[in-house]
Amino acid sequence: MSAVPHARTGAAADPVKRAVDAGEIVVSGVSKSYGATRLRKEVVRDCSFTIERGKLTVMIGPSGCGKSTMIRLLAGFERPTEGSVTLDGKPVTEPNRDRLVLFQETALFPWMTTYDNILYGPRARGEVTRETLDLAEFLLAKVGLQDFRNKYPGQLSGGMQRRAELARAMINHPRVMILDEPFRGLDAMTKELMWEYYSRLYEEYHRTNFFVTTDIDEAVYLADRLLIMSNIPTQVRAVVDVDLPRPRRLSDLVESDRANEIKREALSILHAEAMRSFARGSKAAADFVEAYLKRANRG
Amino acid sequence: MSTGLNRFLTSSVFWRGVISIVVFIVLWELGARSKQWMAPEFFAPFKAFLGAMGFKKDYLPWIGVVPAPSAVLAAWGDVLASAGYWTSWYKSFFRVMGGFIAAMIVGIPFGLALAVSRAAYGTFFPTFEVLRPIPPLAWVPISIIFWPTQELSITFVTFLGAFYTIVINVLGGARSIDQRYFQAAQSMGSSRWDIFRRVILPGTLPSIMVGSAVGMGITWEVVVAAEMISGGGSQAAGTGGGLGFFIWNSYVGGSYEQIVVGMISIGIAGYFSSELLRTLGKYVTPWLRVR
Repeated sequence: MSAVPHARTGAAADPVKRAVDAGEIVVSGVSKSYGATRLRKEVVRDCSFTIERGKLTVMIGPSGCGKSTMIRLLAGFERPTEGSVTLDGKPVTEPNRDRLVLFQETALFPWMTTYDNILYGPRARGEVTRETLDLAEFLLAKVGLQDFRNKYPGQLSGGMQRRAELARAMINHPRVMILDEPFRGLDAMTKELMWEYYSRLYEEYHRTNFFVTTDIDEAVYLADRLLIMSNIPTQVRAVVDVDLPRPRRLSDLVESDRANEIKREALSILHAEAMRSFARGSKAAADFVEAYLKRANRG
Repeated sequence: MSTGLNRFLTSSVFWRGVISIVVFIVLWELGARSKQWMAPEFFAPFKAFLGAMGFKKDYLPWIGVVPAPSAVLAAWGDVLASAGYWTSWYKSFFRVMGGFIAAMIVGIPFGLALAVSRAAYGTFFPTFEVLRPIPPLAWVPISIIFWPTQELSITFVTFLGAFYTIVINVLGGARSIDQRYFQAAQSMGSSRWDIFRRVILPGTLPSIMVGSAVGMGITWEVVVAAEMISGGGSQAAGTGGGLGFFIWNSYVGGSYEQIVVGMISIGIAGYFSSELLRTLGKYVTPWLRVR
């Protein structure tokens, strides 16, 4: 633990800040279905939205509404059935270091130490230079894990694991960071700490972030823009601009009238969406009965 | 002495274990000496009852035939000096290790290939699954026929014992690696080879170690039986035929103490092999050790 000289935090000295290159993702008319013709299930239908450059966009929707599918499309793990996903005008066709995903629960490699996990990307691309190693040191310090560099993920607490994973992503200078319910499964206290921590990190670098959650408090606290999604097939139901001042305090969530107003607004849309999908559910049942009767009459 | 060891030596777990073993040996000794303590007239009705059941009248059934631990220990003392006994150890170990290492060398890459390549899986797995249910011991006669030396045929059977288990574990282990690890690696720019080397291989290592430990157990079972069936060479000529043959030979020669010596020797050999693998496992999967 000899050389951790990175008390320097000025804009010019911060190697992460210098390298931030915020991208913009445009999703237009995207549909995604799974399965063959008769068992075909449409998960996303004609969905369009923009993940604006340098902003923190939060997507919120009911559980199982196809948000994870949307993430796989954005990350390039899967291709849309129709429509297009572009990053800065170029179509997304495969996974790439410019769109990195932080998964639900940790996806740190359990067989690598914190340090090796952070250096995974550079090593994979054969980009291990003096500069990268310095950057790894800087990031270790940044996420407060210098003393845990030689520990395996199993030895870290939940919060430390998420911070290590943030560092593992940041070392690759992604143009968009995609976070899939990253703080799910953490206890309430750790979760709030992570909100603050993550929020500071975003405010410092203003990278393009896309954050998926089911937690309305998390959404309002973190977001610049809030995308409220419908149930399956996924579409954007409403976009809410969260114009709360930054840097934000956790206490704002309770005390700020504006925050509460946004929360009420978002909740009312989510509630309406839940009712609509309930109604749609009974509609589907009605269709089934109708089809069944028709077939019975024919026979 | 470290405090950990101290705590273990004074723990109830340790003492229960010691008492359990001591009681077992005492009962064994008593049972084996039943011919002596059942001599008095007092036991006559009990002996009549045994006779009516069809057992020999003079001693307890089953246990009364087994040599006493004291006699076994004495026989062991004699045998320790004989070269044949040690050659038996060496031969069995050599066969087990030969078959086992061959099973690892062939089985691990084969299992990994099945896991990563759809073509390999489609081509080889059906045949593998057809052959897998055949117990290794069923291979003994055919193995003797198609290998030039007896040594090779026994080693081949031990190889089969470990091979199937290792392949199945490697395949299952590689397939159960979380999809997110692949996605993360791909996103960060890993090539296929890099993913294989830094994700699939370490991700499968715990299963490789589990498969090997199970395979090692089967290997010892198989080698003993194979040596008994095939004869395993002549001990009379001073060459020794492995521990399995040592037991068989003792049985044929009527030296019951030596049968038990052979049985316990195999137990010890199996234990040390497993311990060796456990140590190796801890060494190659340090991340599992630290939880």
